[in-house]
Amino acid sequence: MANLSSFINSLLGGALIGLSATFLLAILGRVAGISGIVGNLVSLRRPAESWQLGFVMGLLAVGAVLLGRGHASVVALAPLAAASAGLLVGFGTRLGNGCTSGHGVCGLSRFSLRSLVATGTFMLTAAVVVAISRHVLEGVR
Amino acid sequence: MNTLGKFLVGLVAGAVFGLGLVVAHMTDPERILGFLDVFGQWDPRLAAVMMGAIGVHAPFVFWLRRRGKPLLANNLSIPTEAPIDRRLVIGAVLFGVGWGIAGYCPGPAVVSAGRSGTAALFTVSMVVGMWLFDKLVARTPNDALRELRTISIEPLLDDTRR
Repeated sequence: MANLSSFINSLLGGALIGLSATFLLAILGRVAGISGIVGNLVSLRRPAESWQLGFVMGLLAVGAVLLGRGHASVVALAPLAAASAGLLVGFGTRLGNGCTSGHGVCGLSRFSLRSLVATGTFMLTAAVVVAISRHVLEGVR
Repeated sequence: MNTLGKFLVGLVAGAVFGLGLVVAHMTDPERILGFLDVFGQWDPRLAAVMMGAIGVHAPFVFWLRRRGKPLLANNLSIPTEAPIDRRLVIGAVLFGVGWGIAGYCPGPAVVSAGRSGTAALFTVSMVVGMWLFDKLVARTPNDALRELRTISIEPLLDDTRR
């Protein structure tokens, strides 16, 4: 499952993420928090900024070029589950001011206590959800 | 920097970020759920992604905060260290539930949205969730105050706060 080369890929991919966050902060002074970027881009009450539009277009373009069709559908997920999960992630990340990128990468990189609490909370909660869905519900079924 | 320049900076940052997510297989929900599945065959590789990202980013954050300003803009818009409140924790719990159900967080969902129907549905729902937040929560005066605080400029290495 997890051999050495896939660990190196993980580190390398992570380094690219760190590089992107550094580039954005060093040039524009802005934090690469994706829920904040998307949230502001679609916000009904605040004007979007051009770099935020660029950032989302960059993400979409990379996915369109590099991911094969049907990729990322490895986990069979019912449409209702996908929609509910999306709603929770959208609402929750705005309420909590960040997601895995804003709190998990950028916040922890500046040793923010708020981000540490947020990251610990969403990881623990998600682990509980996975434990229930994979080990409790599966056992019942 | 003008609007087009900022757009291009955002485009490059988004593309590099997305490339990192793809290289690290973060667009594969199974990789995420495998990390979260601590009672199953635990897959530690997401932790390596975080270490790679923080390992590269943290020294530059330290340098930029000491410098006090970015290279081509006037201010570092780093969130100030606000108190840990209910909203932070409740928001993180709601996000965690959604993340645990789908194995998608916002970045990988957007990257996969053009290629996977599930990711597209998730992403559209996520935007609806953000709109709901805008409609239901963000319009209170309390929130306006909070946003001011969040977007304000970090004072130069204010060590008294830590």
